Amino acid sequence: MKKYNNIQSVLKIRELRKSFGDNHVLNGFSLDLYEGENLVIMGKSGSGKSVMIKCLVGLLFPDSGKIEIMGNDIADLKQVDMNILRMQIGFLFQGSALYDSMTVRENLEFPLRKHKEMYEKKDELVVETLESVGLLSAIDLMPEELSGGMKRRVALARALILKPKIIIYDEPTTGLDPITAKEIIQLMRAIQEKYNTSSLIITHDIDCARVISNRMILLIDGVNYAEGTFNELANSTDKKIKAFFK
Amino acid sequence: MAISLKISQNIKSFFLEIGELSFFAIRFFKEAFTKPFEFKELLRQCYNMGNRSILLVGVTGFILGLVFTLQSRPTLLEFGAVAWMPSMVSISIVREIGPVIIALICAGKISSGIGAELGSMRVTEQIDAMEVSGTNPFKYLVVTRVVAATLMLPLLIVFGDTIALIGSALIEYLKGEVSFLLYFNKVVKALKFSDVLPATAKSFFFGFAIGLVGSFKGYYCKKGTMGVGEASNSAVVYASMLLFIIDFIAVFVSDIFFEI
Ligand SMILES: Nc1ncnc2c1ncn2[C@@H]1O[C@H](COP(=O)(O)OP(=O)(O)OP(=O)(O)O)[C@@H](O)[C@H]1O
Ligand SMILES: [Mg+2]
Repeated sequence: MKKYNNIQSVLKIRELRKSFGDNHVLNGFSLDLYEGENLVIMGKSGSGKSVMIKCLVGLLFPDSGKIEIMGNDIADLKQVDMNILRMQIGFLFQGSALYDSMTVRENLEFPLRKHKEMYEKKDELVVETLESVGLLSAIDLMPEELSGGMKRRVALARALILKPKIIIYDEPTTGLDPITAKEIIQLMRAIQEKYNTSSLIITHDIDCARVISNRMILLIDGVNYAEGTFNELANSTDKKIKAFFK
Repeated sequence: MAISLKISQNIKSFFLEIGELSFFAIRFFKEAFTKPFEFKELLRQCYNMGNRSILLVGVTGFILGLVFTLQSRPTLLEFGAVAWMPSMVSISIVREIGPVIIALICAGKISSGIGAELGSMRVTEQIDAMEVSGTNPFKYLVVTRVVAATLMLPLLIVFGDTIALIGSALIEYLKGEVSFLLYFNKVVKALKFSDVLPATAKSFFFGFAIGLVGSFKGYYCKKGTMGVGEASNSAVVYASMLLFIIDFIAVFVSDIFFEI
């Protein structure tokens, strides 16, 4: 695996295409995620945002296009190297995806299993990470005993525990009440400052986008339709762009 | 026309499914014999399967023994052959009825359980989450469950057979005043190596089929809660059908080796 030296863009997508049968979801999508930034991707439901990030972490295979993560073209990586690379990426799933047969503690320990040095100090790490999302008291609960917001925070802790360089959030605030959503957003900012991660954030939530984004990309019709800061896009005169900011 | 089209589609999808199941089995063998091995999870699965099925298997076995003995008693009495009861019951239970009935019960319990569990993990993206965190979900979830079922089924069947024989001995004790010691003496005398070996061998295959079909259905579960129900339901149906096919082949093969 190549070491990433002096490459500013930690994540690079070029001309990504993916179809399911006749359903052409992505038609040449490109993006760059730079070190330390919060990049927000917005797009309508069903526009292929989840498909795009699943291609990123190798859960789906694109039909064509190039994906580079920290200088590694993921199409060239062997499974072993891909798994090493995956440890540098935190992934927050749309529905939290906590392992429901395991306690919160075991959920957090799970990503550490393949990481020898970190596994040895797993107890400290679990406590530290849970503390940072404010849920230490829930350490021995089962996921079914948690509320939606708590689940999201535990899932966030699980995505963070390996101290990843990149975090991918799939709709971190969807399905939460505005107050809990705000808490999650605060948490995301705190994490970003503490660990200096680069984040790719997918959201419908315009408030979330305003607070957190350094830069935004609108995914429309399977391509990166528009790109800019929140204010630039919010003041755009293009009809399709305006529709997002109503 | 429309009906024949539908039937031919159904047949086609049936064979497609068999093909996919075969690929799944091949993948199982590939991943089962490469490192890393998930021993801890395997033990946990073995414990869970045994623990969850043992009561069911025990009760079923006991009733099986009772009923079987009660039903055959009048006929044997008529021919004055009631002294043959232990040999007859033990041979039929150990060779055929015990393994098949208990495997069917386990198909209902274990196969559908695996189908529902993996199915809901698929639907709620837990399997994807495992993959992303660098753990091979096929190894961690599927290989452990299939191996656990393959190891546990023979144990459950031996246990169920034993309970069935105890049930049968109880009837003989109550109705024919045959002591337990005498009953089991006769059982041990009646059972030959050629009765026990094929039965044990096929129960490993039963376990494998139960684990494999359940995992296959769950692992490739369609999205939505409907998908989970369907996965667990069709796991039972396919597993039960496969059990009879395996049984048929096993009897056929053992017939060649140990001529009856
Ligand atoms: N595994 C799959 N098989 C077939 N089609 C799929 C699959 N995954 C996604 N799709 C299709 O791809 C399209 C995009 O789905 P995707 O989940 O990426 O949407 P999304 O932008 O994340 O929407 P949402 O905001 O609702 O999560 C949808 O039309 C969906 O039906
Ligand atoms: Mg989505």
